[in-house]
Amino acid sequence: MSPRPGFILEVDRSTPPALFWHGEGFRLEKLPTGSRVIYPPEPLEAMKDPIAAVTHALENPVGDSQPLSSLLFPEMRLTIAFDDLSLPLPSMQSPDVRQLVIEQILDMAAAKGVDDVVLIAALALHRRMTESELRHILGDRIYDSFAKMGRLTQHDAEDPSNLIHLGLTDKGEDVELNKRAATSDLLVYVNVNLVSMDGGHKSVATGLASYKSLRHHHNVKTMVHSTSFMDPHNSQLHSSNWRMGRLIRDAGVKIFQVETTLNTNTFPESFSFLQKREWEWKLRDRAAFIAASTALEKSPPWLSRKVLHSIRSPYQLTGVTAGEVEAVHDTTIKNVYRQQLVEVQGQTDILTMGLPYIGPYNVNSIMNPILVYCLGLGYFFNMYKGKPLVRKGGVLILSHPTRREFDPTFHPSYIDFFDNVLSDTTDPIEIESKYENAFATDPWYIHLYRTGHAYHGVHPFYMWYWGAHALDHLGAVIVLGGDPKTVHRLGFLSATTMSDALEIAQSFVGPDPTLTHLHSPPLLMADVK
Amino acid sequence: MIVDRLSGKSIFITGSTGFLGTALVEKLLRTVPDCRLYLLTRPGRTSTAAERIQKEILKNDCFELLRQTYGERFDLDVASKIHPISGDVMSDGLNLGDQDRKLVAQCDIFIHSAASVSFDSPLDQAVAVNLCGPRRVAETVIASRKDSGVTKPVHFIAISTAYVAGSRRGLSPELPLSETPFSIELDWHSEVRAARAVRDDVELRSRDPKNLELFRKKAVNELGAAGVPVLVAKQEKLRTQWIHDQMVSAGVARATSVGWPDAYAFTKALGEKALLEKQDEIPITIVRPSIIESAMMEPKPGWIRGFRMAEPIIISYARGLLKEFPGVPEGVIDVIPVDMVAAAIIAVAARGPRQDSPEVFQVASGSRNPLKYATLVNHVRTWFQEHPLYDSDGQPIMVPDWSFPGRGRVQSQLERTSKFLRALEQATGMLPIRGGQADFIVDIERKRQAVDSALGYVELYGTYAETDAIFTIDNLLSLYDSLPDEDKDKFSFDPALIHWESFIREVHLPSVVQHARVKTTPTKRTAKSRSDRNLALILSEERHLAVFDLENTIISSNVVDTYAWLATRRLPKLKKALFAIDLALQGPSLLALDRKDRGDFLRSFYRKYEGARPQRLEEDSQEFFNAYLLKKSFPAAIDRVRRHKSLGHKTLLITGALDFVLEPLKPLFDDIICAELELGENGLYKGRSLSIPPTGEARASILAKYAEEHSLKLSESIAYADSTSDLPMLEAVGYPVCVNPEPKLATIARKRGWHIEQWDKAKGLPPVYLPIGRSM
Repeated sequence: MSPRPGFILEVDRSTPPALFWHGEGFRLEKLPTGSRVIYPPEPLEAMKDPIAAVTHALENPVGDSQPLSSLLFPEMRLTIAFDDLSLPLPSMQSPDVRQLVIEQILDMAAAKGVDDVVLIAALALHRRMTESELRHILGDRIYDSFAKMGRLTQHDAEDPSNLIHLGLTDKGEDVELNKRAATSDLLVYVNVNLVSMDGGHKSVATGLASYKSLRHHHNVKTMVHSTSFMDPHNSQLHSSNWRMGRLIRDAGVKIFQVETTLNTNTFPESFSFLQKREWEWKLRDRAAFIAASTALEKSPPWLSRKVLHSIRSPYQLTGVTAGEVEAVHDTTIKNVYRQQLVEVQGQTDILTMGLPYIGPYNVNSIMNPILVYCLGLGYFFNMYKGKPLVRKGGVLILSHPTRREFDPTFHPSYIDFFDNVLSDTTDPIEIESKYENAFATDPWYIHLYRTGHAYHGVHPFYMWYWGAHALDHLGAVIVLGGDPKTVHRLGFLSATTMSDALEIAQSFVGPDPTLTHLHSPPLLMADVK
Repeated sequence: MIVDRLSGKSIFITGSTGFLGTALVEKLLRTVPDCRLYLLTRPGRTSTAAERIQKEILKNDCFELLRQTYGERFDLDVASKIHPISGDVMSDGLNLGDQDRKLVAQCDIFIHSAASVSFDSPLDQAVAVNLCGPRRVAETVIASRKDSGVTKPVHFIAISTAYVAGSRRGLSPELPLSETPFSIELDWHSEVRAARAVRDDVELRSRDPKNLELFRKKAVNELGAAGVPVLVAKQEKLRTQWIHDQMVSAGVARATSVGWPDAYAFTKALGEKALLEKQDEIPITIVRPSIIESAMMEPKPGWIRGFRMAEPIIISYARGLLKEFPGVPEGVIDVIPVDMVAAAIIAVAARGPRQDSPEVFQVASGSRNPLKYATLVNHVRTWFQEHPLYDSDGQPIMVPDWSFPGRGRVQSQLERTSKFLRALEQATGMLPIRGGQADFIVDIERKRQAVDSALGYVELYGTYAETDAIFTIDNLLSLYDSLPDEDKDKFSFDPALIHWESFIREVHLPSVVQHARVKTTPTKRTAKSRSDRNLALILSEERHLAVFDLENTIISSNVVDTYAWLATRRLPKLKKALFAIDLALQGPSLLALDRKDRGDFLRSFYRKYEGARPQRLEEDSQEFFNAYLLKKSFPAAIDRVRRHKSLGHKTLLITGALDFVLEPLKPLFDDIICAELELGENGLYKGRSLSIPPTGEARASILAKYAEEHSLKLSESIAYADSTSDLPMLEAVGYPVCVNPEPKLATIARKRGWHIEQWDKAKGLPPVYLPIGRSM
């Protein structure tokens, strides 16, 4: 039986309550009659033989590119860059798709007598990964043979000795990249394309860039004019990265791009109810839901978090393409859309969504309030093509406990951002002009980013810019079940029950509003007509 | 006419900085424009007699009326009539200069008002001031007149107290004590000698090894391992306090043994006796007021100076702290407004002395216009029911009903409560808690202090609410009757004129409440709280240096954690478990060593690193920092260090932690002073530190040296620390901040008004029970 496409349910009196993620737990909410619930398509079927698929892709590149084996020669400097653990979410069961690809590349390089090989985790301004995280992505074999020799590195956007300025784009954007990567005879980039904003020129132009380079597209102006940044044709973030990518290509950096796509088989058997439509739940699903939600509710948040973060997704490969960046990415985007796109007719007054325990920036860590903001207004709100799911001036209702909790090792500047910046203003433009420079150049944050496992000092600002388009578009944001004080600090409204939230929402959108619920997991992208 | 009689006279006054003295000076200046006042004033430590008069008398709100009347001419027309005389009633000859002796000789009237009025003065001090003082002043006057050959008439007025009558019932007449019934013949010379001997004896006993040990234990109990200099200073302070307490008890004991309630009344009584022996050489009048309270009319209704006897009791009652106060409901509380006393003294001065024998005037209300104790209590209660004080939450405080129990019952009840709270305080003080959890200990201490001060009031003033003596005022009234009507208006001192209800409700209580600065409105504090003001001072650009302790100030961790984590990081699982068990077993002895001597405690840990490889420790420390220290850090503390830096303050960390552990913290501070291990020739660490561990007073001297080298002022610096062992450092700076203080430090901080910060670890992280090393 082939997987079913996405589905839009109209709620009637017999519809069971809808499942909402609620941080490290769940909520079941009865939605008003007439509401729409958007269900994602079912996971696509996996490629039968992933290893063979990877080999095939490497040797049969698309676009203007030679097969990988013919690009390798003994005296060359080969650099393999790869996406960090912000992708996929949650982390996938071993072996990770990056391990599959890199092992084959390394085998080919060994066969061709290439000695000078360096692996670089393309962190941009993300935190350095820990040993166990790197082992998970690359496998023990690669880790053990590269790490001890210093040939496994993590990109350091603040290391002036290992950055190179390649020039300015026609829009005056600095392009400054990791020197080793940019000066290698061949740069192979291995990506995991979870959502449509990933990959393409963004892989190198963002993942291996410096703050000086990133600030040209990671800013409020770009984000407000990316409608959405998930839709390449309407994304200034995309255009800027593409301008930079072409400059990099023209500067003579030879890139061999390998992009992979996964299906949405996100949760293992014990949590499979999450991926099913509620009215199709069997007795086993109900039992699993009750067991899981009760256990999570009874545990302290840190314990629930530990349990959930230990989940490894049974993702499966749906596509792997290699070769010239743009040609590769065209194929990749088609694969992503094939899995995620759902056609939706018309916008809604109120959009509801449940936010899970995990986002790109809190793997093995706490989803702090700023990440809650970013996940809701940055990521989920922007999962559209065409028009936003919610109309201009509409209301977004997010379900998340939004506790004032931060991880001081991973997110030190987030704490100060929450305490010292958001207490002053929540306006992205004001925040950018008044505070960004101080955080971005702060020596303490730079120290923690370079030697510890901290996100760069400027990172919380990017989180805030990610939501700028949504802030601009929405009439109000209501957090359901959040800690009121924390929610207010974010500039949002707070409600304890769904009916309270709906009542508050009506004061913005008027009586008898239309309501759409974005059901996740797994991920979906709305194609709003 | 009083004014005419005093016009052009020179009047010498002692005790003019006191409550009655100030009122007297003001009234004289206001009513007798052309008299000259010679005020005997003891120079202060940093101020001359003239400066004290300016500051303590003329600046008092007592002079508002005069300042208003004279405006800019106040200094010229009023203040110019005051001549400061530098001297001291405690020294023979009053320590007068030759010039001043001549001035004194020329005076016409002498009013001796200086006294040690506190009921709990040490015996020898009360003797020196109250017993010897009047006679000493009189002798000086006689001698200086003789020296200068002055023979003009003179009048010596001594202010005593009605309570010289002692603990007796019935009428107490206006007579020298020797002429009253039941008077005891006491030789005042032997009392003076005895008081000095008692002082010598107590001084000796305070140095008895047993007592010294007691002070040491008490100091340690209060301050913990605060280091020798701090503990020594505290011990000496405790010894001095002990001497003081012994002398106070000696005073009460001697006084009660001869029929007076306390040392004050006792020494005043003997003071009269000693003075009257000089009656042949100088005419003497004695004025005996009862309990002097706020002014009824002049210089303004309710004027009062200092927080006197009844006021603290009234305020404690209004705040709900004093639940019971002993007293006989039908007993008479003899209170007299200060303006009546001042007027009576002036009238006595104007009338002149009786030449043949000394005369006594009592200024008291009890016999003519008695105020019943029950009436007073009733007025106070109803007034506070109508005008309640408010607690910090803006809630009105309900005043308790007094049932007039006997003194013994109240006293023993309070004693029991105090004892219980003290034991509770001690027991809880030993718990290893800090920060917000320790708040309840501070609460217990606060309650205990409230009970103790209530007990103090009962012990001190209890008798005054139970006195059955009635002070007759026949002399006073006949003086009053002899005055022309105009004087009666201007100098009214007939106690019958007091309308008690309005005096208490409209004059006295509003003034007491205003002086006590208590909350009289239900609003929550809108103005900046004290803590906000402190913080603003701490975060002012004017500060120079911010110095931080590490453990429990910036990071909730210690050297034990560090050692355990580093030692176990590379161990296999089973060995980790064994190590953890071993460490847990050592816990109590480690805790004890830390309490005893922080330096020894640190050294014992430095020894454990013997043979360790520096490079490996460096790597492991980096991991320790990310996996453990940062997670146990106080984000607010790190933010505070950075705030100081951004304000241009120098930031310094002083800690007994080891340098390799602190390496990742380096960029946070401008400088770090910490322990370093000695390196052996084999390239491995020896288990020894290169220098003395920076703890206790060593830390304070390191800080002082650092400040000097960098030309920073400690008085403009801030220190952050969590424990009493950091006291020397906290005391060294102008702005000490206690972070999550342990109970002992919290108590000290509260007493000294130091800023307190409660900083938390980041929330949401899994709890760590044992510091066992594991990679992230």
